[in-house]
Amino acid sequence: MQVGKDLVAASATPLVLAILQQGESYGYAIMKRVAELSGGELTWTDGMLYPLLHRLERLGYIGARWGVSETGRKRRYYRITPDGRAQLAVQRRQWQVVEATLRRVRWEPAPAVG
Amino acid sequence: MAPDRNLDHLEEQIAQWRAHLLRRGAVDPADAEELETHLREQVAMLQDGGLAVDEAFLVAVKRMGSLDAVSREFARVHSERLWKQLVAEPADSSDRSRSGRPETAVAVGLAFVAAAAIKVPELFGHHFASAGSVGFYARNASLFVLPLLAGYFLWKRGWDRMRCLWLALPFVAAAVLANAFPFAPDGATVVLTAIHLPIALWLAVGIAYAGGRWNTVAGRMDFVRFSGELFIYYVLFALGGGVLALFTGTMFDAIGLDVGWLLETWLLPCGALGAVLVGAWLVEQKQSVIENMAPVLTRVFTPLFAAVLLAFLVTMVWTGSGIDVEREVLIGFDLLLVLVVGLLLFAVSARDPQAPRDAFDALQQILVVAALIVDVVALAAIATRISEFGFSANKLAALGENLILLVNLAGSALLYARFLRGAGTFAALERWQTAYLPVYAVWAAIVVVVFPPLFGYR
Repeated sequence: MQVGKDLVAASATPLVLAILQQGESYGYAIMKRVAELSGGELTWTDGMLYPLLHRLERLGYIGARWGVSETGRKRRYYRITPDGRAQLAVQRRQWQVVEATLRRVRWEPAPAVG
Repeated sequence: MAPDRNLDHLEEQIAQWRAHLLRRGAVDPADAEELETHLREQVAMLQDGGLAVDEAFLVAVKRMGSLDAVSREFARVHSERLWKQLVAEPADSSDRSRSGRPETAVAVGLAFVAAAAIKVPELFGHHFASAGSVGFYARNASLFVLPLLAGYFLWKRGWDRMRCLWLALPFVAAAVLANAFPFAPDGATVVLTAIHLPIALWLAVGIAYAGGRWNTVAGRMDFVRFSGELFIYYVLFALGGGVLALFTGTMFDAIGLDVGWLLETWLLPCGALGAVLVGAWLVEQKQSVIENMAPVLTRVFTPLFAAVLLAFLVTMVWTGSGIDVEREVLIGFDLLLVLVVGLLLFAVSARDPQAPRDAFDALQQILVVAALIVDVVALAAIATRISEFGFSANKLAALGENLILLVNLAGSALLYARFLRGAGTFAALERWQTAYLPVYAVWAAIVVVVFPPLFGYR
């Protein structure tokens, strides 16, 4: 099963923030980590990750620095900021509300109309 | 295929992909670098998984997604990038360490030298605002700035002793002539010298600008583009300077101080000269960053001027009225031709010679032919008047300019016609225009050197 496009887009911000909360990382590694964690069911178009990272950087949720990869190429590393942690906490709660609501719909029978 | 050949091919493909990405305005070189690192990591990972280099590259590119979509996303985050910013540094970051800093210092330094130089004659009793010095400053104004501009380009393109010596010659000659001739203070020749000296010396600036490429079409065309952009910058600076002067005057006026003399004798002359060098430096900096403005204006105004000229011709034929030859009419038609040649020149400078002919070329041809007809009618009227009243310095200078521009336009009309019929190339027109550039300067030099003695310095 593949997660739909809209849901992928909506979940990208909390996922990136959550991964960066575990430590500094870079684009390719973030993407690989998402694929691993979701068992390959949550995939991104690689290119789209970078505009997202830049937007989060502008919002002040993450910071960035240029570093060097093992092969000697320039690589941009990202880390989460205090604002980013706060934002992640907010988004986590929102996702929990959505998920909990969805669960309750299944368990509680629909109320009789009228 | 040998493995290293494979790798070369991969490098080539990545370079192409990167160039493709960069062509979209919203992605800057640093972003491209980041995306490229990602792509390479992906390729390496896929190769480890057993794919061949080519396959790995294709899969990695596919996973990267459509470059249009990615670039659109970048544009949404960095909307300011779609407005190319003129920063006072070379756009290419690898260039910065080499020439950026010293060039800024040299350009700004030369601007200050020009601003200071115009105040030096003050020490020798030539007061800027006094009536007796108007002639002196008018004749010499270009000599305070154009040698510095030429020097800036000589420095920028690399010194070459022979070229420096040759280029010093016209400036020295101009300085001697402009000041050794015993001009009558209210004569016509002193005005003619003031107008024509900068035109003649502009050729020397062009040779310095081209830095050894002056004899190529491309080198001269670059100078034409440079001149057009510099002119536009200069007009903008002049507007800004006017606003600055207005505010300064008004604000000090409010506290009861009259600073008019300061504006007139310092801000105006120093700003006017310094702006030439700062403008030239900015044009150099931004030439690859921002789209050239002169061709854009050309595109807008060519149809308008063509329409006006056609309307003028039709009205003249319809009403049967000839041109009323007033004193100023010859100058007016000279300016019209200068304008049309300018429109033509900048349209040519911005056009890809290889591109097929289009509607704009036809429009250009209409403009040129209409200007030619209008001018021939005017010349005929003027010739009768001159034959009645004889030559004066002004009339002869204006007539010479008119003929020079007429020949240029006639040649252009001919070459354009050939091009539009498919019998000639656009490059021929380009060659004609660039080959003609020295003619203007030579005529201006003749006016400066020959006219004053010929007309008794009056």
